Amino acid sequence: MRHKQNLVEFKIIRDRERCIQCEVCARQCAFEAHIFDADAREMESVDALCAGCQRCVSLCPTRALTVIKNPQEFRPDSYWTKNVLQGIYKQADTGGVLLSGMGTDKIYKSYWDRILLDASQVTNPSIDPLREPMELRTYLGAKPEKIELRSVGKTRKPRLAVKLAPQLRLETPIMFSAMSYGAISYNTITALARAAAKSGTFWNTGEGGFPKALYEYAPHTIVQVASGRFGVHSGYLNAASAVEIKIGQGAKPGIGGHLPGEKVSRLISETRMIPEGSDAISPAPHHDIYSIEDLAQLIGALKEATRYEKPISVKIAAVHNAAAIASGIVRAGADIVAIDGFRGGTGAAPTRIRDNVGIPIELALASVDERLRKEGIRHRASIVAGGGIRNSADVVKAIALGADAVYIATSALVAVGCHMCQKCYTGKCNWGIATQNDYLVKRLNPDIASERLSNLLKAWSREIKEMLGGMGIDAIESLRGNRLRLRAVDMTDTEMTILGIKPAGESL
Amino acid sequence: MCGIIGIINLDRRRFSGELIAKGLSHLKDRGNGLGSGYAGYGIYPDNPDDWCFHIFFTSEDARLKTEQRLDAAFKVTKKEPLPVKPMTSVKRPPLIWRYFLKIPAIRPTSTGSAEEREKKYIFALVMEINSSGEGAFVASSGKNMGIFKGVGFPDEMAEFYRLDEYRATAWTAHNRFPTNTPGWWGGAHPFGLAELSLVHNGEISSFGINKRYLESFGYHLALQTDSEAILYLFDFLTRIHRLPLEIAAVALTPPHWEIIDCLPPDEKKLYTALRMIYASCLINGPSALVLGFDSGMMGLNDRIKLRPLVAAESKSFAYISSEESGIVAVAREKLKKIRHPAAGEPVIFKYRPTKNQIKPVTNRDGSKTGGHQS
Ligand code: SF4
Ligand code: SF4
Repeated sequence: MRHKQNLVEFKIIRDRERCIQCEVCARQCAFEAHIFDADAREMESVDALCAGCQRCVSLCPTRALTVIKNPQEFRPDSYWTKNVLQGIYKQADTGGVLLSGMGTDKIYKSYWDRILLDASQVTNPSIDPLREPMELRTYLGAKPEKIELRSVGKTRKPRLAVKLAPQLRLETPIMFSAMSYGAISYNTITALARAAAKSGTFWNTGEGGFPKALYEYAPHTIVQVASGRFGVHSGYLNAASAVEIKIGQGAKPGIGGHLPGEKVSRLISETRMIPEGSDAISPAPHHDIYSIEDLAQLIGALKEATRYEKPISVKIAAVHNAAAIASGIVRAGADIVAIDGFRGGTGAAPTRIRDNVGIPIELALASVDERLRKEGIRHRASIVAGGGIRNSADVVKAIALGADAVYIATSALVAVGCHMCQKCYTGKCNWGIATQNDYLVKRLNPDIASERLSNLLKAWSREIKEMLGGMGIDAIESLRGNRLRLRAVDMTDTEMTILGIKPAGESL
Repeated sequence: MCGIIGIINLDRRRFSGELIAKGLSHLKDRGNGLGSGYAGYGIYPDNPDDWCFHIFFTSEDARLKTEQRLDAAFKVTKKEPLPVKPMTSVKRPPLIWRYFLKIPAIRPTSTGSAEEREKKYIFALVMEINSSGEGAFVASSGKNMGIFKGVGFPDEMAEFYRLDEYRATAWTAHNRFPTNTPGWWGGAHPFGLAELSLVHNGEISSFGINKRYLESFGYHLALQTDSEAILYLFDFLTRIHRLPLEIAAVALTPPHWEIIDCLPPDEKKLYTALRMIYASCLINGPSALVLGFDSGMMGLNDRIKLRPLVAAESKSFAYISSEESGIVAVAREKLKKIRHPAAGEPVIFKYRPTKNQIKPVTNRDGSKTGGHQS
């Protein structure tokens, strides 16, 4: 009875004429979908074990393999779909909560894909980014509403009279979002840290601690303080450039995390400050934050601990009331508010939560920016938007909606080889990313991976400059919150009102 | 495309509006007849201490309603239709009235100097009238100054408003080639708010964020135009944030980071902070403008000089114009120092306090600005 009810998801097709029985596929597949049948002296594959990660396909020297979606269907039904049935079968088999990795793959409306950008024609010329400076530099942190000047010397030269709050200086408005060492491999975080340093931006340790060996990248590192408080000590806080309090995550708002003991190697145990082999459980809430006042206290404590030298960020999942929550966070003293949309990725999340909780980042971002402006406190914190940013156009749209910068994580992992198989929670990532298995970890060369990440940032930055130039803008701050340069297609009036943009076809 | 020009007599000697009209007419082909206008400073020596409002009305009814507001808010010293010359070429002008107003004693609870409090009062009234939807538009609202503008070519507007009958210590003027907004009397330049006036050639690509920024501080953009936004940014930075004009100019058209990074530490700090704090004030995209204020005028270009601007001085006059031809046409004395200001470099001309000549401020860091902050 077991196993028989469910359909296998993928079909492995082996071209027998091409296959040279080299066993590369067998060695590459940590899910053990390929085996060498010694009796038949032939490679065999077990479709049911395949995760669809395409590793074997990519590495097969004779291109003998094709992995496709299994075309076999249940009886077609547009309500009781294959996914629905498979979920029920699986749960009836095991009695367990369904798990998934990465962000939701459900068909929800993508607002990015319904927003169009403006360009200049004649009256305000476009600017050629190859000839003119195009400025992407961005400072994250609290700004005063007003500059304070004093005059010095006989000529009464104006000078800055007060010291500004600490800032993060980004050469491009894109940062790597929190992914913990534990969820992803040491080589992957090394690559992220190096690429951030090279590109003049920041990576985020997530809640997995900050391995000492990577402290050389501290000037480009944001460390996280999450509900498990893993790896948090005064050296950790003071090494970083900024500290982020993680309240929530877009992929699983309201849910904690769980790193199984088998992944807690010696180095992870040292970094997280927990015993080797023990489960690392992050509770759903911080057990010292049950109100906005509690959050304000933690922000204050972290500022004290870092001698007011580091911006403090608070990261929340995009939920229905994000605007009011963000306002509270700013008033509680945060320098940066990071909002993570429901499409954001994760190493592991209960599938039903991943697929059903939270709201799109576009809407959350627009309402947070508008709310902070209405309350006259937008300058007191920067906004960082994340959760499903796929390309430079998404970045430009996010900034025009009101973000100071964006966080990317899934895109970064794809850049280093992730094929979105969603099996991150198994620890068997064949691409060497979401795994702690030494054999698999070695597959990701941090030199090559950091190069690829830098390339990605460089490419996106170039494209952003092209788009800015096209709009006749030569500094990113003139795009920030400039929703007049956006237009909507295929949206309801209410959606346009929330996004604060006009329909395509309507001029100024 | 638009044409702008400003003329100032540095010794505060008044000169006829004919001169500025002549200069602007030399820039005729920079406009298309859909808007021109003039701002004159020092034109009402008989009522120098009254706030003078020039108001456009769409109907008698609008006038009566607005006058109720004025009566409630001010002591009206004098009111009259602005004298104009009916012309066949000037189609459907609005009703144009002029009011001389005194502000009643302002409640001592409000902060700031008496002058600041008065300006705040004026600001509130102008915003109220312009956003009331009652068919009234305040074209100018300063003391001893006025704005004369409408739909027509420069010479037509000068004739219509009988500009030759006014004498000013400084004039600015604008010839319009409207792109974004249809030609309308209120939409012509100069734009005015209290003593500030602005003529602007350009179309800024940062308008969306400049506007959102201003709106969060209570500014109402009656015409939804970028030029109006620039005027309000200057008002906001100089009046509310009390920045010297030179610093306000840096906030609007700051140097590029690659330049800021090479400045001496103190200046680097100041400029970095200005860009960080006033990011939403940066005006991006083509702009050349002349800002008139009670002690002088300032010319400013955008950060990469996408619009022309020329400045020149003679013995007692200074000029700023889109084109040198406009200056040459009106110069009565030998011109010296004809300059093409660099991108983002403010050119400020102020009346001489005494006989001593004051050099215009030319450098970005304001280091030559000593003693004449506005
Ligand atoms: S899981 Fe990946 S490596 Fe294994 S068979 Fe499927 S596609 Fe190939
Ligand atoms: S990180 Fe690895 S396991 Fe996770 S989706 Fe990507 S390829 Fe699959």
